Amino acid sequence: MTSAAAAPTAPVPTAARLPKTIYRHRAPVRVMHWVNVLCMIILLGSGLQIFNAHPALYWGHDSRDETRVLQITQRQVAGEWRGVTRVGSAEFATHGVLGTSRGEDGAYAARAFPSWATIPGPQWLSMARMWHFFFAWIFVLNGIAYVLWTVLSGHLRQDLLPTRKEWRGIGRSILDHIKLRHPHGEEARRYNVLQNIAYLSIVFGVLPLIVIGGWAMSPMMDSFAPGWVDLLGGRQSARTLHFIAALLLVAFVLVHLFEVIVTGLVNNLRSMITGYWRLPK
Amino acid sequence: MKTMNPTPPFFQQRRERRKLLRTGIAVAAGTALAGCDALSHNNAAVQVLRSAEDLSRSVHRVLGRRAMAQEFTAKDIAPKFRANGTTMPSGEDYAAMVAAGFSEWRLTIDGLVANPLEFTLQEVMAMPARTQITRHDCVEGWSCIGQWKGPRLSQLLHMAQVKPEAKFVVFHCLDKMEADEDSMYYESVDLDDAYHEQTILAWELNGKPLPVENGAPLRARIERQLGYKQPKYLHRIELVSDFADISGGKGGYWEDQGYSWYGGI
Repeated sequence: MTSAAAAPTAPVPTAARLPKTIYRHRAPVRVMHWVNVLCMIILLGSGLQIFNAHPALYWGHDSRDETRVLQITQRQVAGEWRGVTRVGSAEFATHGVLGTSRGEDGAYAARAFPSWATIPGPQWLSMARMWHFFFAWIFVLNGIAYVLWTVLSGHLRQDLLPTRKEWRGIGRSILDHIKLRHPHGEEARRYNVLQNIAYLSIVFGVLPLIVIGGWAMSPMMDSFAPGWVDLLGGRQSARTLHFIAALLLVAFVLVHLFEVIVTGLVNNLRSMITGYWRLPK
Repeated sequence: MKTMNPTPPFFQQRRERRKLLRTGIAVAAGTALAGCDALSHNNAAVQVLRSAEDLSRSVHRVLGRRAMAQEFTAKDIAPKFRANGTTMPSGEDYAAMVAAGFSEWRLTIDGLVANPLEFTLQEVMAMPARTQITRHDCVEGWSCIGQWKGPRLSQLLHMAQVKPEAKFVVFHCLDKMEADEDSMYYESVDLDDAYHEQTILAWELNGKPLPVENGAPLRARIERQLGYKQPKYLHRIELVSDFADISGGKGGYWEDQGYSWYGGI
């Protein structure tokens, strides 16, 4: 785009004449983005609270010691209970955060995820389930609306699917990201290819997995087509996949927030609120 | 920032702005979580959250009123069926029943029925039985697979001639959950689940008489719901049009403690 614009015959759009701000995010995307933020915070917090009721994950239909893949528990060390996290056969000391953490009274208590990370804070499974299932409905409806909009509006084709040229530039894009070099000017108009891959794999990979894994945990939904849960490896595998997908989402959000901050927090935040984004010079 | 000159005021501003933002995020996150805790104690807010339960139940009923829970094979059965909740009802009465091999135990069916009934354990065991290998899913998150055998609840309901105004089946149990007398375990399901093909009154687990820790002499299997909806230590089945007057009025012991009445999720 930039090289074509440099042709001497056409009126020369100098850097000064380039629009400084572009309309980057249309209103539906902005609304759905913030609905999603709210849902994900509450679903994560209430999900960790639900996990705390049985802080272990398994692979298969049911829960057995032999098929356990993760456990957050306590071990007595010198007369004191210390939090430990077991992944497979490896054990990690996680005292203070996982297994044991300070409660509201400041004393250490045995609980898998700490109260500052769970909704509600104190151990309260029934309430966490209410939060989780209410916001799961909003999350799923919002997700369906997003996918419909993104396909029908052309957002998917125009902005999210990388072009062949962009695919070929993936090596350079990776290098740029590692060096924290971000596109400027006209180049910044489009999402870069790594951004595209991240968004697409979250929207069409991780999010569907987390929803289907959640459905598979419902004994009633399991009955609608008996045996469909086996496609995920069984109900306990589905619970594990649901948890892994949540971890992937958290990882995505951390990278996303990092990129939002290093590429201009105020500019990025404003674009997701008003829609207008200033092209980085 | 590569410059060796003293930091220009612009960057100072930025740094302060960043500090402010960090504090802002921490305060916002803390407030949000505290807000969720506060809302969890607010009746109106909890009513709103609870509305999702009705939505889920309605959608599930439309999608599969008669859908069958997955059944497994003998090789899937867990070596030991996990026991949860009450594993030995308190009090001398139950202990005496165990000692007598449940010869004095009776199952009554009453409430909104034209023909109230009473069964001995031998009579229940003599009825045509269904055997099923199913997965038990606890609200806590774990699952366990076992083989259950017993008559279909629908068979007993037909014998008792359920009146048209009956809407729920209430299961009354022999285990007391707390010190006071009003804390007997009970549960309720709608007629869709009561008449469901896999809803049985199990007196056998994995080919052996139902162990005490799993609900001897009789427990309900309501296979498309969570474990707390499948009461153990049954002694009375009551047909009602609503359960507002029973115990805490929410339709079950755990429901009275705040758990959802609909246990299909």
